[in-house]
Amino acid sequence: MSILINKDTKVLVQGLTGKTGTFHTEQALAYHGTRMVGGIHPKKGGENWTGAKGETLPIFASVAEGRDKTGATASVVYVPPAGAAAAIIEAIEAEMELIVCITEGIPVMDMVKVKAKLDKSESRLIGPNCPGIVTPDECKIGIMPGNIFRKGSVGVVSRSGTLTYEAVFQTTNEGLGQTTAVGIGGDPVKGTEFIDVLEMFLADDETQSIIMIGEIGGSAEEDAAQFLRDEAKRGRSKPMAGFIAGRTAPPGRTMGHAGAVISGGKGGAEDKIAAMEAAGIRVSPSPARLGKTLVEAIKG
Amino acid sequence: MNIHEYQGKQLLKAYGAPVADGVPIFTAEEAEAAAKKLPGPLYVVKSQIHAGGRGKGKFKELGPDAKGGVRLAKSVEEVVAHAKEMLGNTLVTKQTGPAGKQVNRLYIEDGADIDRELYLSLLVDRTVGRVAFVVSTEGGMDIEAVAEATPEKIITVAIDPETGVTDADVAKINGALKLSGEAAEDGKKLFPLLYKAFSDKDMSLLEINPLIVMTNGRLRVLDAKVSFDGNALFRHDDVKELRDITEEDSKEIEASKWDLAYVALDGNIGCMVNGAGLAMATMDIIKLYGAEPANFCDVGGGAGKEKVAAAFKIITADPRVEGILVNIFGGIMKCDVIAEGVVAAVKEVGLKVPLVVRLEGTNVELGKKIINESGLNVISADDLDDAAQKIVKAVKGN
Repeated sequence: MSILINKDTKVLVQGLTGKTGTFHTEQALAYHGTRMVGGIHPKKGGENWTGAKGETLPIFASVAEGRDKTGATASVVYVPPAGAAAAIIEAIEAEMELIVCITEGIPVMDMVKVKAKLDKSESRLIGPNCPGIVTPDECKIGIMPGNIFRKGSVGVVSRSGTLTYEAVFQTTNEGLGQTTAVGIGGDPVKGTEFIDVLEMFLADDETQSIIMIGEIGGSAEEDAAQFLRDEAKRGRSKPMAGFIAGRTAPPGRTMGHAGAVISGGKGGAEDKIAAMEAAGIRVSPSPARLGKTLVEAIKG
Repeated sequence: MNIHEYQGKQLLKAYGAPVADGVPIFTAEEAEAAAKKLPGPLYVVKSQIHAGGRGKGKFKELGPDAKGGVRLAKSVEEVVAHAKEMLGNTLVTKQTGPAGKQVNRLYIEDGADIDRELYLSLLVDRTVGRVAFVVSTEGGMDIEAVAEATPEKIITVAIDPETGVTDADVAKINGALKLSGEAAEDGKKLFPLLYKAFSDKDMSLLEINPLIVMTNGRLRVLDAKVSFDGNALFRHDDVKELRDITEEDSKEIEASKWDLAYVALDGNIGCMVNGAGLAMATMDIIKLYGAEPANFCDVGGGAGKEKVAAAFKIITADPRVEGILVNIFGGIMKCDVIAEGVVAAVKEVGLKVPLVVRLEGTNVELGKKIINESGLNVISADDLDDAAQKIVKAVKGN
């Protein structure tokens, strides 16, 4: 089994008609025929979208209409920052089960409003400011490069997009492959935290080991480590490797991701690494050794 | 984006917060007129720099016995004397680093009779995804030290965005700060308006340390540290005008024109990376192999070749840079765009230091082809480990 998405997942695209949405929808369609079923544009409902290779998709005026006419359960958001929160809220109100927001640079106060609506809904939001989700050979939502994946046994969860690719690429090169890779995003206020995804990976029989990649800022890694310790006491655990980006980052400076800042002496890399190691995760000092570190963790 | 204390106070005053009268000045000649606008007889002369710890800070040029960056004055003449001594000199505080910051602006403020000093801040609490008040009775000191020694004295009250600050929230904050009588009434007005200012203006931090109870029993905002969410500046032209670029690194200013995430650091290996996590990890791996990064630079996902070229030029213009590592794992970013940008920049400004390029991901073959056919002297690398070792070796070999 994979988590969150599989070959049957039907996906709508919010922001399909833009350059980014178009390129990555073409890539998704080309990736083992991910079932991209339509785009959303309030003024272009009824028209068709055409990709570079002549692919076509219907455009709907609203997420609700797109869902009703296609049976889609997932939506991916490529809408630019100023309108992205409204797009997510539209998807929540249309009761989409899964919403994946790729957009980087959404104002934090907008995400505070989104979070309030999300908490009262049944929808799951991944992101924003994330690379998306891939279940190898089945479904690709978002911007991850498809050619680095291989169907296999590792669950990957990461706050960083490009480090997700590193973890995927390295586990592919080690011959392990992935069940599903989930980028949860680098913003301080987001839809899904490590714990939610770790729970899914622990519950998934095909996921035999896990890579977790965190970065400086906040306490999500420490919370996840505590969760893993509690679960291990109940007999639920899988071999894990990890990495924390930002060991060399100066305090008080935001390192690109709005969430990546060491403030008030908290959110530093060393505390996170200590917490993860205490939870039994093998933390690699080098981002280039994630795959090898996981192999060592599996051997025990 | 950070602003000065006096700008923060003017902003809060416009929302109705109790702030003392004060006048910002840029030259010592303005000091007398500024002081005369205030009621006296007590004045405070405050250095305006984007760093905390000003009161305990020392001026580099004045010797160890001189007073710090925030001074009391009991007459207009004393205000003028302080202004002459402070303006133009370099204030070193625990937040400025040893280089310190030149004081180009002072804020002359009406003095207050203080009964109690409290701490109050607003920020986005990421664990609950809400704006939260963080308050403590232990104001006027380093809140991080309070958090370390007596964490129970720091109380957090998160606000539901759909209701705003409720009476129950006000009661909690008043209780935590042990406010009663007129001070509690002041709090009832102050807390909602601070929340409104924070939300309206897309702040990322509003810190009042100290918030004081005066001897007359009323509340006053005695200091204000305000930072704004850079992602929301597009909808706040008024906030953008408060930016003081003399407080910022020149390379970071140039980078911000191109919307590049760039942070200047102290090492000698320049980095250009896509993705914040990978950019941090690239810094980390450079350090792991015994060298130091000169910068953090995330060119982001949707960059065109002009933006890539701009980033490359900023990095090569840094005199400390003795080698450059370009590390790209393309997802949204296409490797050919990076390659075109790098080639264009090198053709324009030349390349005097070793350059290691590692490309992987979307359109990787096309990117490698562009680099290979450019005729540039580029050291190519297979993976991140290889790339980091090669650039460290190239720089150390110099």
